[in-house]
Amino acid sequence: MWEIGLAHYLTVAAILFATGVFGIFANKKNVVVIMMSIELMLLAVTINMVAFSTALQDLVGQIFTLFILTVAAAEAGIGLAIVVVFFRNRGSIEVEDINSLKG
Amino acid sequence: MIHALTFYLFAAIAVLSALMVVTSRNPVHSVLWLILAFFNGAGLFVLMGAEFVAMLVVVVYVGAVAVLFLFVVMMLDINFLSLREGLLRYLPIGAAIAIVLTAEVVALFLDWSIAPDAMTLRAAPTPDIAQVTNTKALGDLIYTHYVFLFQVAGLILFVAMIGAIVLTLRVNPNVRRQTIGAQVSRPKSEILAVEKVRSRGGI
Repeated sequence: MWEIGLAHYLTVAAILFATGVFGIFANKKNVVVIMMSIELMLLAVTINMVAFSTALQDLVGQIFTLFILTVAAAEAGIGLAIVVVFFRNRGSIEVEDINSLKG
Repeated sequence: MIHALTFYLFAAIAVLSALMVVTSRNPVHSVLWLILAFFNGAGLFVLMGAEFVAMLVVVVYVGAVAVLFLFVVMMLDINFLSLREGLLRYLPIGAAIAIVLTAEVVALFLDWSIAPDAMTLRAAPTPDIAQVTNTKALGDLIYTHYVFLFQVAGLILFVAMIGAIVLTLRVNPNVRRQTIGAQVSRPKSEILAVEKVRSRGGI
């Protein structure tokens, strides 16, 4: 209990990831909150990476974290730009309204 | 002891604020809870000895991504109450999936150990913290072995920037802008006419 090891960090990351998954289901209509849930899941993955990096004393995990951060930032930027454009065209950000590719 | 207490503090606040992100009514509150979750994640990184990644999370996630979310949430004029409809319908299945996922992953940790030869297979062993700081050790690796990946990461950000600009840029045809090329390339025949003016006749 007072000896914090790898499993503690992995458990926190697992709970955070599950919270992100839960958020996607709980906010099935709001695209912005779904994207926030995805950011939470990415944070959980980052915690996993750094936890293994320190447990194995290998720096590559932390370097990979930088690339995860890069991809997360790019994804958030592009995703929010798409949300803004969609809201301009349709006046709503509900997931159920995003069906114009259905044919 | 103090390490464990700090860990539990950071972990508890991170998990609670993550729960508040997904359950709060107002998306602006969601973003603020997200910022708190990122700060506590950065605190966990500091506890693990990854100071550089911790500062990077604060700068990139809190300083850029969360503020971007805040901008978008406040910019869009949305009736957020109607977005909450149907929450109860999806709550049970979401909770079930989340609980099953957590239970599976935690059960995985309980009966799990690092392979005995894992320490010999490390790609870049962490140098002694007394000699080389975390940031310098990371820099020594990024700019040597991982320089191409680093450049590609920069390219990804560049492409994302161009994509976001192209997506959101609106060209308004009603705005009259100065086009210097058109101004400079006007031929003399269009703008200059020499008229013979008769004396006392006028034009």
